[in-house]
Amino acid sequence: MSAQTEAGAVPTSADRGTPLIRLTGVKKYFPVTQGLLIQHHVGDVHAVDGVDLEVYPGETVGLVGETGCGKSTLARVIMRLYDATEGTIEFDGRDITKLRRGELRELRRDMQMVFQDPYASLNPRKTVGSIVGEPFALHGTVEKNKRKPAVQELMELVGLNPEHYNRYPHEFSGGQRQRIGVARSLALRPRLIVADEPVSALDVSVQAQILNLLGDLQGEFNLTYLFIAHDLSVVKHVSDRVAVMYLGRIVETADGATLYRHPLHPYTGALLSAVPIPDPKLARERKHIVLEGDVPSPIDPPSGCRFHPRCPKTKQLARDAGLSEDSDPKCRNDDPRLEPFEDGQLAACHYPLEEPIIGSSAD
Amino acid sequence: MPEPLLEVSDLHVTFETDDGPVRAVDGVSFTVMPGETLGVVGESGSGKSVSSLAIMGLLNRKQADVTGSIVFKGEDLLTLPNDEMRKIRGRQISMIFQDPMTSLHPFYRVGDQIAESIIEHESVSKGDAHKRAVEMLGTVNIPRPDQRAKQYPHEFSGGMRQRAMIAMALSLNPDLLIADEPTTALDVTVQAQILGLIDNLKDEFDTAVMIVTHDLGVVAEYCDNIQVMYAGRIVESGDTDDIYYGPHHPYTWGLLQSIPRMNETEDRLTPIKGLPPSLINLPDGCSFAPRCPYSFDRCIREEPELLPTDGHHADACFLPLEEKERVIREELRVRA
Repeated sequence: MSAQTEAGAVPTSADRGTPLIRLTGVKKYFPVTQGLLIQHHVGDVHAVDGVDLEVYPGETVGLVGETGCGKSTLARVIMRLYDATEGTIEFDGRDITKLRRGELRELRRDMQMVFQDPYASLNPRKTVGSIVGEPFALHGTVEKNKRKPAVQELMELVGLNPEHYNRYPHEFSGGQRQRIGVARSLALRPRLIVADEPVSALDVSVQAQILNLLGDLQGEFNLTYLFIAHDLSVVKHVSDRVAVMYLGRIVETADGATLYRHPLHPYTGALLSAVPIPDPKLARERKHIVLEGDVPSPIDPPSGCRFHPRCPKTKQLARDAGLSEDSDPKCRNDDPRLEPFEDGQLAACHYPLEEPIIGSSAD
Repeated sequence: MPEPLLEVSDLHVTFETDDGPVRAVDGVSFTVMPGETLGVVGESGSGKSVSSLAIMGLLNRKQADVTGSIVFKGEDLLTLPNDEMRKIRGRQISMIFQDPMTSLHPFYRVGDQIAESIIEHESVSKGDAHKRAVEMLGTVNIPRPDQRAKQYPHEFSGGMRQRAMIAMALSLNPDLLIADEPTTALDVTVQAQILGLIDNLKDEFDTAVMIVTHDLGVVAEYCDNIQVMYAGRIVESGDTDDIYYGPHHPYTWGLLQSIPRMNETEDRLTPIKGLPPSLINLPDGCSFAPRCPYSFDRCIREEPELLPTDGHHADACFLPLEEKERVIREELRVRA
């Protein structure tokens, strides 16, 4: 999973072939309405607001951000569980933005999802055997009399006891349930797995088991992962590349080690300075970037750079320049685009950070 | 040596169920000194929350069998009648819970809820209590506290609700604040704000804090001492440096090894194999033995006691000290 052994030598897009997923200008707005009988359209929640992202075969891309930044909506747009408001989604070079239902079903063989809550995502009235075997029935890929051995093979693969075929979800622990979810997602041998916070609900010791399992399966089936989480340390561990989202946009992408060594966007810096580190000295030594306030409403996102009302860097710049406002005019008025920096790092910031957040004394 | 603020000795909490007694807390002893920050770390079912509920006197004595003693400022809380306990709870020991949405009443204004707890414990007028509630909301860095006090919990974000809970918990200037997973439901940036806030207010109000969490990363920065719990017992306790840089119990090793670290690139994590045991049929001997890669025959026969190795760093494990030191040196990713 972690190809960071060759960190720094991130291949350029030219030698990685066709991306498995390519998003261009993807937007997803949810209408906000008012009125009892006649619903007036009064605005939109800009959940995803112009995302460009490429995921190459065999790669793990991590998507990280706070609650409400649009990461789960983006996952559902990619899975075509939501229709994109604007933009195109390509899967293996083919535009899948406007597929019909029949074609969509075909497509779902190739892309599957693992959900956050292993309690809510499994039908409590069905046995493990029928939950994991359901994709076979729906898609008719495995004949009825061969389904049981096929399911048991999957169960074994994810570390479940195949003899528990007839048990119900409530008889399993959280970690085991997440294994059931993984087994179900693998049933059709997909090429892409979108995992939405797959370990957030689990205890740390079990979380590590699931992360290792996902890593092993990736090697075995040549899977491509889009891994969504709010925990930057988990995302960095599993991902070849990390994309940081804020208020519907990707604000920075880089490989995990670069991101840790030198974040460019002040928001990434703030995330890094807040990540729990199980090392008291290192945790106390790092710079603390405290973000003020909460994430602004995605119904009416701020002008210019969306991060500017909370950005400590632009406030510092405004203070240094003796401005009466508390942000730099460029940040307030100009919407920054994702620009390339060294080592394939991309950031959308007018005044990127110059120094690391966490010291290197631990290395 | 000053008197400890809280002294818990040989605390047992047992719940009777149809399947048999569940020993949620099984012989736990520890002390909290005035002004100390103690981290209590363990996974689901380790007994960490039940211990804190027992200290708060919030366990229903009909359902839970609580034995041992919980001495707070010289008084055993377990022998106090309910109305005496009510005077201590909220006034001298207060608690903040994991989910700030369910612990605030949705029908009442936030300011009124904070004022209510002040009125309950002190003879002040409604107006004064309200003024103090607004002041406290300002202390926990809620902007425009006078207007916010008039709002309902649903108008607050998750982080602000937790701030309001902290304001309520500290409004009576308690000697001990118990924070049970105070940041688990929050984003990392908000988590850092809340933990930083608790840390600052702790000095301002001179309060001892007990932070209960499942995440060793969360408590690293703020705790003086840490105790690690497993299956209803304390398996290791020590100061923060002991636990992070020289841990002695294989369960603590397992916890530390299973966390992905930002400052390192590891190909694989080392999880703890298996699952926590059922508290109804605990294994004989050491309850961690079935999951422990270092266990030997004595671990299955005998139950290890929590014994100090040096100073107050203690662990409940039969492995010889030389072996533990070898593991720390050769197998763990901790720095000296």
